[in-house]
Amino acid sequence: MSDIIVAEGLAKHYGKVTALDGVDLRVPAGTVLGLLGPNGAGKTTTVRILTTLLRPDAGHASVAGHDVGREPGAVRKIIGLSGQYAAVDEHLTGRENLEMVGRLYHLGAKPARERAGELLERFALSDAADRVTKTYSGGMRRRLDLAASLVARPQVIFLDEPTTGLDPRSRLGMWDVIRELVREGSTLLLTTQYLEEADALADDIAIIDRGKVIANGTADELKAQVGGERVELTVADRSELAKAAGALRRVAAAEPVVDEDSHLVTVQVTGGTRALVEVVRELDTAGVEAQDLALRRPTLDEVFLSLTGHAADEE
Amino acid sequence: MSVPYAVADAAVITRRHLRHTTRIPELLFFSIMQPIIFILLFTVVFANAIKIPGMDYKNYMMPAIFVQTMAFATAGTSVGLADDLHKGLIDRFRSLPMTRSAVLVGRLVAEAARNTLTLLIMIAAGYAVGFRFQNGVASAIGGILLLIAFAFAFSSIGTVIGLGVKSVEAANMAGMIWIFPLTFLSNGFVTMNSLPGWLQQVVRYSPVTTMNDALRAMFYGHGRAVATPALQSVAWIVGITLVFLLLGVRQYKKAASR
Repeated sequence: MSDIIVAEGLAKHYGKVTALDGVDLRVPAGTVLGLLGPNGAGKTTTVRILTTLLRPDAGHASVAGHDVGREPGAVRKIIGLSGQYAAVDEHLTGRENLEMVGRLYHLGAKPARERAGELLERFALSDAADRVTKTYSGGMRRRLDLAASLVARPQVIFLDEPTTGLDPRSRLGMWDVIRELVREGSTLLLTTQYLEEADALADDIAIIDRGKVIANGTADELKAQVGGERVELTVADRSELAKAAGALRRVAAAEPVVDEDSHLVTVQVTGGTRALVEVVRELDTAGVEAQDLALRRPTLDEVFLSLTGHAADEE
Repeated sequence: MSVPYAVADAAVITRRHLRHTTRIPELLFFSIMQPIIFILLFTVVFANAIKIPGMDYKNYMMPAIFVQTMAFATAGTSVGLADDLHKGLIDRFRSLPMTRSAVLVGRLVAEAARNTLTLLIMIAAGYAVGFRFQNGVASAIGGILLLIAFAFAFSSIGTVIGLGVKSVEAANMAGMIWIFPLTFLSNGFVTMNSLPGWLQQVVRYSPVTTMNDALRAMFYGHGRAVATPALQSVAWIVGITLVFLLLGVRQYKKAASR
């Protein structure tokens, strides 16, 4: 499969601050790359360079074979960008916004009007189509912004934190829309600070931290990199936590992690279900009663923590 | 990018801004009230305060009020662009395969339309308090066109400010703060002779002074022959527009929203 997005050694500095420190990315046609990282990691800067909004200090990038620095016009014709903030004109109606974008893609008046109608329908905005977008909810504005990025049926779509600031219901709605784009065969680069979002939507994940890609692969590969499964144990009473941790320590591959608030002990184990049997035996011996006990694979949170030494939501 | 696209793209943006005018009635209301207030305030308060040899003071300063109000076009443009930048709209436009100059040119054309409306309202308000064109229809129209072009030039200064500052508030201040000194340090509200000698040397060449002289000649047949100040004004207008529009487009190409 050919790579539609290629970035090599992208670097960007603002004065003494290094925003990007040599970012390499490859996105094969028809796949979704999730660029995952905390605030300030360099996700938006990467997207801005790939969408011709910003020139890198070093390195180069191309989209569908067009160099973003030398042929920005050719790149702009085949990409759609939906930024971090819903960039819609609040004094125009939803329909007018989409028609305007269609005209600026040089679709012509009639096709622009028809395309606007199609997208409004598809994004469940038909009822609100002729209201000024100032009256829209946050989720509606985001959907309109995403619709605007799809007006010219772009080969490559960039979504910069498409669900940041949305309530959970709107977020799930947005996920459905994104999944549908993927089914239609679009190539997508999506940035997010939510690990479960990358897990749910992306084929490949690149983890970016402090301007560098520190790991990439499928979600499964990244989880395997952290190794083993986790046993999660919940006890009824907080006073039991220490005893439970002690019991688990005897079968653990690493030091148990105790969360006092949710009465939860997590421990990394090897050996799958056999380890679970041992856990039950140890708990029995120690006289700890488990309220809930589960064996699960590591989350991307744990991947992130083990790769960077800090959690994804910390700077 | 070809010329037809440059025109078509700018036209799309112009339409966007003209729609705004009807969507934000309170803005339209205040942009109509402000010039009326200016006219009434200046004429009522200052009408008898200052004596100008050979001329009614109301008529003397009326062109200066027009020029000053048109100069305030700078702030409108800079605030509007700063707002677009802040809301991410400039990013959106820059990611589209549209002409690079269209976002600025389209806005300036829409603002020229709004400024024309403002000017016509001011002239009507002026007529209500005794202002009259005294030099024929042709030169009155010439003067009005000169004022609209002057506002266009000052709007183009606003593009550089709006895309250069960090916030909408700063864009408002930076678009406005130098307008009063610029317009008052001229022969707009007092005669040239009443200014300190050293200041006269500077003020003589200011675009505001050349505009005041040109308009007085065009509206009343007053003072210097019309050709010299009119040509000087046109030179200022063309020069300012070219320089600042080029700077503005350059800034647009590398604009970053935050």
